[in-house]
Amino acid sequence: MTARPNPKLQATASRLEGLTLPESGAWLRHAREGALARVEAMGLPIRRDEYWRFTDPATLTAPEPTPAAPLSDGEGEPFAGVTPLRLVFVDGRFDAATSDALDLDGLRIERLAEAGALDLHWAQGLYGALETDGQSPVARPLAALNTAFATDGVLIHATAPVERPIHLIYRHEGETSDAMLHHVLKVDEGASLTLLESGPAAARFNSVLEADLAKGARVSHVRTQGRDHHRRTATHIFARVAEASDFRSFTLTFNGVLTRNEIVVRFTGDDAKAHVAGAAVGDGDFHHDDTVFVTHGGEACESRQVFKKVLRNGATGVFQGKILVKPGAQKTDGYQLSQALLLDERSQFLAKPELEIYADDVKCSHGSTAGAIDETALFYLRSRGVPAPEAMDLLTLSFLREALEEIADERLAEDLSARLEAWLARRR
Amino acid sequence: MLDIRNLHVELEEDGKQILKGLDLSVGAGQVHAIMGPNGSGKSTLSYVLAGRDGYSVTEGSAHLGDVDLLALEPEERASAGLFLAFQYPVEIPGVGNMTFLRTALNAQRKARGEEEVSSADFLKLVRQKAQSLRIDAEMLKRPINVGFSGGEKKRNEILQMAVLEPRMCILDETDSGLDVDAMRLVSEGVNALRDAGRAFLVITHYQRLLDHITPDVVHIMANGRIIKTGGPELALEVERNGYADLLAEAQ
Ligand SMILES: Nc1ncnc2c1ncn2[C@@H]1O[C@H](COP(=O)(O)OP(=O)(O)OP(=O)(O)O)[C@@H](O)[C@H]1O
Ligand SMILES: [Mg+2]
Repeated sequence: MTARPNPKLQATASRLEGLTLPESGAWLRHAREGALARVEAMGLPIRRDEYWRFTDPATLTAPEPTPAAPLSDGEGEPFAGVTPLRLVFVDGRFDAATSDALDLDGLRIERLAEAGALDLHWAQGLYGALETDGQSPVARPLAALNTAFATDGVLIHATAPVERPIHLIYRHEGETSDAMLHHVLKVDEGASLTLLESGPAAARFNSVLEADLAKGARVSHVRTQGRDHHRRTATHIFARVAEASDFRSFTLTFNGVLTRNEIVVRFTGDDAKAHVAGAAVGDGDFHHDDTVFVTHGGEACESRQVFKKVLRNGATGVFQGKILVKPGAQKTDGYQLSQALLLDERSQFLAKPELEIYADDVKCSHGSTAGAIDETALFYLRSRGVPAPEAMDLLTLSFLREALEEIADERLAEDLSARLEAWLARRR
Repeated sequence: MLDIRNLHVELEEDGKQILKGLDLSVGAGQVHAIMGPNGSGKSTLSYVLAGRDGYSVTEGSAHLGDVDLLALEPEERASAGLFLAFQYPVEIPGVGNMTFLRTALNAQRKARGEEEVSSADFLKLVRQKAQSLRIDAEMLKRPINVGFSGGEKKRNEILQMAVLEPRMCILDETDSGLDVDAMRLVSEGVNALRDAGRAFLVITHYQRLLDHITPDVVHIMANGRIIKTGGPELALEVERNGYADLLAEAQ
């Protein structure tokens, strides 16, 4: 008998073969080498891995990206109303010509591509550190791959409350572009920041955001993932949430054949809050996966997960969400909701909600449902003269509303609602 | 205005026959009342006219003026001027009352080839109608019927009717759940809309409502048919003696 080749080793070896560690200065090189060693030790994900049971990672780990035609939608940028600092990346490369200067009161921004040569104490201890921390109890090899090979990104250090949001704009131009961006966010005690992201980025996009919130820090993160139909995306957010700090993250996804959004939140102090939410709408071969892991390590922290998906024409939605309450994390308030609205019988929602609790004085709840449109409500609206397609849109928006309400800034919430409405109207 | 001929309706699900040859004709400017025992098919009739799924018409016809109602989608029937105040108004979380009502009004106007109503005009219109029904403006900001009391839901139905100005109004037990004052408000709302070009079909179990909204004609419905038609005195007879004699007479 000949030994069967190990598919994990094979996938890992053939992906790594085509990659070289980007040129970088000493500290960054060190972080990248460590990450590469992690990838080699863990191996890249394969379908047989428990954590990838519902989502096939093959096209995310393949040596070459599947081509994806860029979409020029003429829709205009989201979030324009808040006049953010705009930083543009085209197929994963920073585009200085169309970006604002990296200059904003209350913070320091560096490009990852240039940071290696600089002596950035604050970034040295962070780049790849939260990712490493997030590798247990569940391995996230695509994030380690990103730490090793990311070609660009921004390192942001906020030392005071920053009013003006930072908007990372991802343009997709190349049909076979394969982008890896890695951002680090360090928010000092009492400082605050709003980070926005939008756009399809590339044919294949792997992104990591590490956010380190000091005592009393606040981060609001809102992103939209582009409408390019064939794009494939794997994202990771690692948030370390210290005492009395507040972390919010919201993601709106339209389309995309494959999207895997992992969010890993770790409470390290008491009385902190983290709300993570998402709304996704997709058609046909759309596959959208939210994988969330919240670890309560401090007392009296509040976590909320609200994820909603509207699926039609055979689309697939996945939710894997876990709340882990460590021993001693008393007075934890954990909430998790994942819901899908299935607009036909071919669409499906696969959910794995989990609670794991090692403290006795906690309040944790979770709910997961998949349902069709409410026919009685639909008839009621139509009986007043609202045409069926518009009535469906009203009900669809109402289904998503609870997720959108997690966006603290009303202007941003309204902007995204309007985009959602327009998207639905175009799809009638 | 409304002409129903020999209407036969069964449930799509199990083929159970509910309406068994119903004839009814309501003239413009008239108010007709329908009374009848529980389960006789009154709500079914109103749903079939409004176009709800789940029923199949096996025989007969229903026209609003010269419009063949049964050939139209529910929203088209609404634009043609039909309105049903539901026996059980539906709660729809996440859809605001005002958004809904404005969408409905403009959709109807668009379907009829009329100009859409501006935001400002719409607000003015709703405020004025709401005030006469003593509906709190705050309430209108809430999602459709969510957290409304039974009586508030019924008043909200009448508000929608007042804003949409249909020519054929069907009220299915709008009086049930209303306190005495609300009953008067709702009746005033209905009476204010009475005119030569508009007709009402009022489904009720009680004479009380008919004290306020005097009907021109009263029908008794039983077992899927109209078994007797008369004047307002018929409602008083039902109030006094119940349905037993009428049912026996119809046998
Ligand atoms: N969707 C349905 N599924 C099953 N049975 C139904 C359905 N709709 C109506 N029916 C049945 O049809 C009959 C007539 O019901 P309907 O609601 O029309 O009566 P009604 O005259 O309005 O009664 P009430 O005075 O109690 O409101 C009842 O026996 C009812 O159970
Ligand atoms: Mg009824």
